Order: sequence, then structure tokens, then C-alpha cells
Amino acid sequence: MITCKTSREIGGMGHPIKRKEDIRFIQGKGRYVDDIKLPGMLHMDIVRSPYAYARIKHIDASEALKIPGVVAVVTGKDLEKYNLHWMPTLMSDTQMVLPTDTVMYQAQEVAAVIATDRYTARDAKEAVRVEYEPMKPVVDPYKALEPDAPVLRTDKEGKTDNHIWHWEVGDREKTEAVFRSADVVVKEHMHIPRIHVVSIETCGCVADYDKVNNHLTMYMTTQAPHAIRTVIALVAGHLGLTEEKIRVISPDIGGGFGGKVPVYPGYVIAIAVSFLTGKPVKWIEDRSENLQADSFARDYHITAEMAATREGKILATRFKVLADHGYTDAAANPSKFPTGLFSIGTGSYDYDTAFMEADAVYTNKPPGGVAYRCSFRVTEAVHAIERLTDSMARALGMDPAEFRMKNFIKKEDFPWKSPTGWTYDSGDYHAGLKKAMEVIGYDDLRREQAEKRKKGELMGIGISTFTEIVGAGPSRDFDILGIKMFDSCEIRVHPTGKAIARFGTKSQGQGHETTYAQIIAEELGIPAEHIQVEEGDTDTAPYGLGTYASRSTPTAGAAAAVAARKLRDKARKIAAYLLEVSEEDLEWEPGKFYVKGAPEKAKTIQDIVFAAYTNHPPGMEAGFEATHYYDPPNLTFPSGAYICVVDIDKETFEIKIRRFVAIDDCGNIINPMVVQGQVHGGLTQGLAPAMYEELIYDEDGNILNGTLMDYLVPTAVESPRWETGHTITPSPHHPIGAKGVGESPTVGAPPAIANAIVDALSVYGITHLDIPITPYKIYEALKAKGVIED
Amino acid sequence: MAHISITVNGKRHEADVEPRTLLVDFLREHLGLTGTHVGCDTSQCGACTVHLDGRSVKACTVFAVQADGRSVTTIEGMSADGALHPLQEGFREEHGLQCGFCTPGMIMAAADLLQHNPDPSEAEIRHALEGNYCRCTGYHNIVRAVQYAARKMREQATVEA
Ligand code: FES
Ligand code: FES
Repeated sequence: MITCKTSREIGGMGHPIKRKEDIRFIQGKGRYVDDIKLPGMLHMDIVRSPYAYARIKHIDASEALKIPGVVAVVTGKDLEKYNLHWMPTLMSDTQMVLPTDTVMYQAQEVAAVIATDRYTARDAKEAVRVEYEPMKPVVDPYKALEPDAPVLRTDKEGKTDNHIWHWEVGDREKTEAVFRSADVVVKEHMHIPRIHVVSIETCGCVADYDKVNNHLTMYMTTQAPHAIRTVIALVAGHLGLTEEKIRVISPDIGGGFGGKVPVYPGYVIAIAVSFLTGKPVKWIEDRSENLQADSFARDYHITAEMAATREGKILATRFKVLADHGYTDAAANPSKFPTGLFSIGTGSYDYDTAFMEADAVYTNKPPGGVAYRCSFRVTEAVHAIERLTDSMARALGMDPAEFRMKNFIKKEDFPWKSPTGWTYDSGDYHAGLKKAMEVIGYDDLRREQAEKRKKGELMGIGISTFTEIVGAGPSRDFDILGIKMFDSCEIRVHPTGKAIARFGTKSQGQGHETTYAQIIAEELGIPAEHIQVEEGDTDTAPYGLGTYASRSTPTAGAAAAVAARKLRDKARKIAAYLLEVSEEDLEWEPGKFYVKGAPEKAKTIQDIVFAAYTNHPPGMEAGFEATHYYDPPNLTFPSGAYICVVDIDKETFEIKIRRFVAIDDCGNIINPMVVQGQVHGGLTQGLAPAMYEELIYDEDGNILNGTLMDYLVPTAVESPRWETGHTITPSPHHPIGAKGVGESPTVGAPPAIANAIVDALSVYGITHLDIPITPYKIYEALKAKGVIED
Repeated sequence: MAHISITVNGKRHEADVEPRTLLVDFLREHLGLTGTHVGCDTSQCGACTVHLDGRSVKACTVFAVQADGRSVTTIEGMSADGALHPLQEGFREEHGLQCGFCTPGMIMAAADLLQHNPDPSEAEIRHALEGNYCRCTGYHNIVRAVQYAARKMREQATVEA
């Protein structure tokens, strides 16, 4: 149960108040980047490579330049003069802005055309002639590691293979020993496919360089405006564009999901062109470019193994990963580990032995990847452990719910140290699964399934009980370019008791304008509707690292609470002065201080704020403002128990999700309506890779489904009605006990769905199918098992 | 250049446009009505949905010249008299939007449905919105928002009758 400490009028934590931002969105008054129009603005379009791997022999722009309205055609050779043709990635790798000689993936940027309007820019793009010498690409990541594979990154001196990095964690010898002597061992090979975030707004920017003042204003679709400002200063500082001369504005963002964290070449080219022309330059990619060239997510090949006793006690796990990063490691990964937080993959279970290793390779595919609604590689890890857990239960002949209950970390054992080094802050896994089983009627469903099986019908029940790890993050494990991953909040309360609060994060639909106001309302008693929240302008907001990895509530949300508490301390001093009592004699209730034992002697927060400007105690600084930069002591560990029921048609193998119950534990809840909305959206983004989405490449590196005609985004028809609920285990180290929720459902849903489908098909001896699981894949698997004929 | 005359949200506009100008670009670039969005290049996403003579169309799939002499309603026209349309209200009440990018198109598509089917079932709502993608909400609350609006519009109709 959610209990609220504030009145509905104040609208602090726990109230399902309606969102402030909606007022403009429902009337078409949002301001997204493509809505920005500046005087004299030029439009940029990008010529892209039809080949996955080719040498550029010649670029002929003469026809394009003849078209009236075309201003310029920019190539890598042009950028090379300013040393802007390559840029660093967050993973200490390098990425081309525009190539000078070789293209490394299909749809890579080859040249940029600039014109006075968008249609003319598109005409010019078609008129640029590029002569290529195609080469045989390396597409399969396993083949990329073979000794005779061509070395792709010849730009890197001394590079003799396509291997990028090796990473490992845990105790290899101990794990091997446990596996050698264990009663039961299961092993599955899985591919977590390459997918795309498909935010409905694509990426784009308006770069506006002012020559006279040597100042750049960059409007762009970014989830991390401050970090981008620093990156621009690092990349373009040698041209005199230093950090105080750069203003990054992230306007309304039409969905991000991690895809708007990276710096794409288009942004850099737009800045360069604006710098050279002195005119504002708009670049908005179209959907197909977005799907084909912007960072992918996932693409992990995992071999996962589990060892257990005959009685059903998990002893150890072992994971081996091959990561396909495309032609450069451009992972938007702020952690100090190349695999991000993959090491959360030991799961929600109590055992002390694990070993994980990963290798990454270059291939002729787009670079990446992004932490698509996940704190980087958590989705892959959770899929592996939750699929494996089911395989083990099946091998032992145990019910998967019973097997999980038997192995869960107990509530009283938190904080709990995982075999890969994490300290889980809190959780109550038994309660979550118990609740999910009750809501869905688990025992009855199992009985129904047994009946159906007798009749030859295919029904499956799948569970996933995951532990998430979010809130990047403590500076010992995270940084971006060395900058610690704190986040910030600055609160200014005006004399009349109304406030503006600014943050270093950036909402892309999460509703920060509402939820942050609720946190401050909770702490200060100023009604949430009187608190205006602002983000996304580096000139006004305090420095912060942005919104991704479910970090906004854990970091900026905490900063808001702490900054508000600083103000409450000041308010107490002022109230004591006004009421002529000592501070200890005062009692706080949301919205006012009153004298202990004499509640009629009180000062409201509005009285106090007014006094801060008009009648504050002698010696005290005037005004009512506070700022806080919050560096979290630990990550937060949300968890969930999801159960999915599917029915599969015996003839067509069509999969129907009959029910899906999601019980989430994200600690204390700020706005239950917003949390529920986040869960619905995340579940649908979990359904997508489980059953529909995958970016597919042929052996020549051609993308086979690079448009929304072929890449299947679920619509309202494919998406089921979701059933949600929660348990509450507050984070012990977070100022308001919140944990973050945006990513849990995306992480937790795919294994629940896959487990349900495999459960239905287990009667045929099937133990694993790679996602996305389609009717065709089922047909193929049953054919391979000899269950059906051609 | 082609000369066109289009009534948008009740106001007549005359313009000379290139024949290839898409209706969505005419609305956004020429008239500055940026509430209609563009989310794809293959007519899938529905972010650009507007009404053409009262029926919903994807404005990225219609040329401005095809709208010559006709009447267009965009999201900006839904609350033109200052009061929110029941669908706009429903989307807010039922939390049917997050980033808001799909929302104008969703509202216009749903408005078409409710004009022709004042009491749609959940399945009918889901099918009617099949041409509109939303990546944030999982559609669950969009369905509820449309149900909210349908209820409200039926009530209003009864009061007026
Ligand atoms: S922009 Fe018109 S359907 Fe996508
Ligand atoms: S609310 Fe973001 S796409 Fe629908």
C-alpha cells in the first residue's frame, strides 16, 4: 500500500497527480527539435553508403552543386582539414564523422549536402555521384575472429585482428571445480538479437554558430545535454569553441530509450557546417536512416551454464559472451566495465560461485550499442539467467516457481554480496513472486495446462524473477570522460512561495516536470503545482550527466530531496526567529513549522519564504535557494516477478499472450500513475524483441529490414492488456527510498514470454528458442525435432 | 508551382507550392502548425495523422495539392475554442501519453473512430489505432483514454439531445 504524508493539495510523494507536461502535448504545443525554425536556416541531408565495406574512389558533387539552392557538399576530406573527420567514442575507440577513404557499414555517412530547403537538400543528395570499390565484408562475429579474417580497423596502427577487448569477472577455477562435481548441469546457447530503440521521434539538431560572438547554440535530441557540451568542447576546442561558448539545448524529446545518448556523426557535421557558413543548420534524419545507421542495442551471443544439486540448490553459473560491436566500439556505456552491468547476471538467487567472460569484435555493421531502456547489458544478463533457471528447473523436474522460491536470496540476507562483486541493497523476492502467483492464479493455471496437454493443446506459463541494477552511478564504478556520475538539482523559491527547480537530467517522456515537483513538494510542503521544473538547457541547469539507465530518480531525484532538505533547515531557522522560540522547539509537518505543544503558533512555508526576502534573521544570507550534487553511495536494485501465459495454435503456431502479470518493486513510489505508465511501456518494449523485432543482415552486410515496413514494431493490436502491481522494499541508502523503474519491464518481460513459449513447447523436448520467437521459428524447431514434416 | 487554397482549422489559406509538397510539410513548414509530427518515411507510424474533410489521413501520404479546395483539421484545431476536446482530456486523465510525440496523431485517429463508432469495444479501438505507433505507453492507457472520451462524448450527446 502506498501511504501519502502530504495532502492531495500539496501533492507530494505517492499521489497519482496528472502530468503538467501533458497540457502542451495534447494541444500540439510541444516543442521538439524539428519544430525549431531560425532565420536563414540551412538544411542538411546525408549521402550514405550502399555497401557494407568499400573503398571510396571518387566523390563527384558537381551535378549536385548546380542545383539552385544547394550551398555546399561536405566530405571527409573537407573535415580532415580541421581534424574533424574522426571523433572519440565513450569507449576510447574512434568513429568516423565522414570517411576519407573507406566505408565500414551499409548506410554509413559518406558526404553531407547543404541547401536552403529540405526538398532541395534531398535532390542534391540524389545527385552526388560516389564511386566505390566494394570489398568482402565481415558480418558474422564468430568469423571475424577466425585467423584468416580480414583485419577491418586498418586505421589502427599495429592492429592484427578484429578483437576489441576481453573482460572477465568471478572465480574461474572455483567455478570450474563446482561444475566438474555438480549433480546436474544445464547449458544453453542464446543470441540476444540486434534491435533498435525506434523512438517515434528520430534524431536531429539545429546547430547555430554565431561568428561574431564565437558562440554555438546546439538544439539537439540528446538525453545528456551537459555531457554533450563537454564532448563538443573536447572535440572542437582546438577551433576556439571552448565550453563557455557552447550552449546545448535539449527541447522536448520524442522518446529516447538510450538511443539519444550517443553523439552521431550528423550532429558533428551540422556543427562543422554552421561553423563554416555562419548560418544555422538543421539536420533531421528520416526513419530509415535512424534504423539503419543509429546505434543498435544488444547483439550478444551468450553461452550460459548452471550447476545445481539434485535437490535443486543452485551452486554456480558460468557465462561466455561474444559481443558484436559493429565497426567501432561506440557503446554509450558510462560504467568502467566494457560489458556494462552484465555481471548482475547471477540473478536473484543465493549462491556464491560464478564466472563470466566476454570478448568483443569488430564487424561491418553499424557501431554501438546503446543501453536500450536498460542500465547497459542488464537485459542480456537477465535473459540469460532467467532462461537458464527455467532450463534447470526442467532438468530437475521441478516447477519453475518452486525452484525459484527455493533459491531466492532471503529478505533478511540484504545487503547481499553477489559472486561478481555487487552489493544488492534490498529486496523481497519471495513476496513478489508470491503476489504474482496469487494474482494470476498460478496453481489453477498449472492444472488447466495439464488438462490441455492431455488434449494435445499448447499452453505455456513463463516466469521471470529478475533483479535490476540502476542509478548510474557511484563514482567508483562510473564516469563519463572522467566526470563522476552525480546528478544535480537547484531549487529557487520566489518571495511569493512559488519555485523553479532545475536539473541536470532530461525527460524524454518520463514526466520529470511532474515527479520532481512531487519530491520537492514532499520535502518542503510547497504544492507541486507551484513548482516549475526545468531541464535541458546547459546555460541554466546545474551540471548533470543526463537521463538514461533509470538514473533520474536515483540521482537527480535524490539531489532534489537533499536540496529541499537544505532549504527546510534554513526554513526552521527563520521560523524560530519569527516565532521567537528555539529551533528545537519546532515541529515540522508538510507545509509548516509549529511550536511543540502549541500548534496554533505556526508559520507556513510561504510565510517563511517571504520572510527570507523581507525579514530574515540578522546575519543570515537572504533568499531561499539551494543546490545539491548527489553522488550515490551505491546503485539501487529494483526487482520484479513477472508471469506470462501463452496459447499457441497447433496449426499456425500463432502465439497469443493470454495474460501477463507484472509485479514490480521499485522501492518508494513518487507517482503511481507515472510508474504504472512506465511499466506498460517497458513491457511492450520487452514484448517487441521477444516476439517481433530483430535487425537482420545478409552475408554481404545488407540490412534486410531497414524500414518500418519490415521492422515489426508492435502496435495496439499486438500488445496485450497488461496487469500490473507492486511490492515496496525501499532502498535503504536512497534519501527517499526510491529505486527507479523505467527499465525493469523491458528487462524482465522477454524471458517471461520466452519461458512461457518454451514451456508450451517443452512437451516436444524443446528447451530453448532464441528471441524473437515467431511462428516460423517454432515451425522450424518442430521440424528439426521431427514433430512435423515439411 | 501550383496554387492551392486549403481551409485549415476553419481558416482559409492560399499558397503557391511545389506540386510534390507533402501535406504534412505544408502544415508544418508553410503554416507553422508543428503539432502534426513526422515519425517515419514509409507511412507506418501515424504521427502525422490529420483530418481531411472529416476523415483521418496520414498527412505524409497526401500531397498538399490533393487537399486543394478541401478542409483540414489538425491537433491545433481540436481545442480551437479554448475548451479541450474530450479525447485531449481523456489522454491526460488516463495517462495516455508520455513523450507526446505520437499523441496528436493518436488523438486525430481516435477522433475519426469515435465519429463513426461512438461506443467502440477494446478490440475495435485497438484495430482502429493499428496505423499509429506509440513507443512509450504500451497502448494500454491509450485504449483507456479513448474509452474515457467515448463515454464523455456519449454523455454530452445525451445532454444535448
Ligand atoms: S509520418 Fe506519416 S505515417 Fe509516419
Ligand atoms: S507517448 Fe511517446 S510515442 Fe507515444
